[in-house]
Amino acid sequence: MTLIDVQDLARTFVVRKRAGALRRTRSEVNAVRELTFGIEAGEMVGYIGPNGAGKSTTIKMLTGILVPSSGRLLVAGLEPSRQRTELARRIGVVFGQRTTLWWDLPLRDSFELLQKIYRVDPARHRRNLQEYVELLDLGDLLDTPVRQLSLGQRMRGDITAALLHDPEILYLDEPTIGLDVISKGRLRDFLRTLNAERGTTLMLTTHDLQDIEALCDRVIVIDHGTAVFDGPLSDLHRRGGSHRTLVVDLVDEVAPISVAGAETRKVEGPRQWLSFPAGESAAPIVSAVAAAYDVADLSIQEPDIEDVIREIYAGA
Amino acid sequence: MAELRTAPQEYVWIARMWVRSSLAYPLSFWTLTVGSALITLLDFVGLGLMFHSIPTLGGFGLREVALLYGASGIGIGVADLLIGSVEQVGVHVRTGTLDAMLTRPVPLLVQVCADRFAVRRLGRISQAVAVFGYGAWWVDWTLPKVALAVLMVASACLIFFSLFVAFSCIQFWTVDSTEFANAFTYGGNTMTQYPMTIFPREVLKGLTFVVPLAFVNWYPCLYLLDRPDPFGLPSWFAVLSPLAAVLTVAVSGLAWRTGVRHYTSTGS
Repeated sequence: MTLIDVQDLARTFVVRKRAGALRRTRSEVNAVRELTFGIEAGEMVGYIGPNGAGKSTTIKMLTGILVPSSGRLLVAGLEPSRQRTELARRIGVVFGQRTTLWWDLPLRDSFELLQKIYRVDPARHRRNLQEYVELLDLGDLLDTPVRQLSLGQRMRGDITAALLHDPEILYLDEPTIGLDVISKGRLRDFLRTLNAERGTTLMLTTHDLQDIEALCDRVIVIDHGTAVFDGPLSDLHRRGGSHRTLVVDLVDEVAPISVAGAETRKVEGPRQWLSFPAGESAAPIVSAVAAAYDVADLSIQEPDIEDVIREIYAGA
Repeated sequence: MAELRTAPQEYVWIARMWVRSSLAYPLSFWTLTVGSALITLLDFVGLGLMFHSIPTLGGFGLREVALLYGASGIGIGVADLLIGSVEQVGVHVRTGTLDAMLTRPVPLLVQVCADRFAVRRLGRISQAVAVFGYGAWWVDWTLPKVALAVLMVASACLIFFSLFVAFSCIQFWTVDSTEFANAFTYGGNTMTQYPMTIFPREVLKGLTFVVPLAFVNWYPCLYLLDRPDPFGLPSWFAVLSPLAAVLTVAVSGLAWRTGVRHYTSTGS
């Protein structure tokens, strides 16, 4: 079943600029144009693109906050801007950088309020709360005022808050921003479980390619308001020709490393940079290097999403 | 319409969260409550002192002015307590909290009004009730007068209510316009604390037909005080307050809808 149906969606903004002391010029900006995609129930989709590409404009239209300028848009069979309140009961939204929880009250209180305003059956609410508290390890934090929670704890609280009414779709805006590696990993595990067990459709915007790698079967790349890529992540890397970099610190200064599947790009004393296609696994290259050389340290640099998109443009 | 039925309940749920939040800082809660009561108390003391040097103000004595002052004070006090937060709508636009509110299944106006609900605003209302009580003590009460007084207070609340909402809507277009709005809400309250006779006729016209603040207290109080209208208007103007209230509510409701529609169609 197509849960999110976007066809030829467009959104223009009128921008007024000062031109001289009193004169103002009026121009139209196409924040989103000719955008078409469909998302099936149960999919996990990464929605990525550089800043100002039209990501949040799209999410705002999907949630009913913004009225589209033209095109067709149906979410769960509803027209978001016209049936906003009805839609609100069926979707969950998490804004990574700000919380919707009550700052000075214990987490528990925010959850209770949500049960009331979403009119969730009390028994179901208790069951959901218990499950999410367990999965997200919030048990000891329920009675802590939100202002005393760490960023990662608060994010888990916000995600629980967005899920208590059993939404069919969960929108996540930069969910892992500012989190440490362990918190990021736990959050990704949770989202995978949520999708597998409840079938919740996930749509996330992110700058973190690892979020996409860990979660999304599908990536939609948007730039200048329109989709420039829609498909699996491996295809994106292939098309963008993006590379990951293995940084090797050797014990001694030696000639450039030569192993299969990677190319040595740079040598600086005992440190060498090897690049390999981003779609490939790093494991065989790492073990090949470690087998043949005396390695002091290793690290992997992920390709920058902006670089990948730039490559797509350069190639197009 | 179903939204209207559940709105008061949803309002109470959200307001209760803010009351609990403010109790997280008990000292600040009490100093603010007592402080606001003291400030409003001093306000009327100042008016009383003025009557020491002048016997009447625009032909009205202290007791009569107390009735006007109290009625207007209760009106703006109740409106400020219940929906004063609507003034912050511009802040919600700027910080993006309005977007979060738009993704909740509760009418936006309810969420904006219940936001940061503050019990300390009761200080102002209790002062106004006391002053109104003092003025009412000297009124020759009859049944119609009691009924009119009830209608007057209810209308006063609704009129200030509407002014708060209507003028806050401007912030959907120009984000920082609270000062302009305050000129009509708090400014309107200050004007209606005095008998209209101290203003030129044109001001009264404006306060009757443009921004109907004179219906907050002036026309009904003239009836309560058994006074003919000093401007020669018919005495049945006294019962028009509920009509003025309904009209302003309708206009402000329309303004709010237009404002929200502007926001969702421009995103700014």
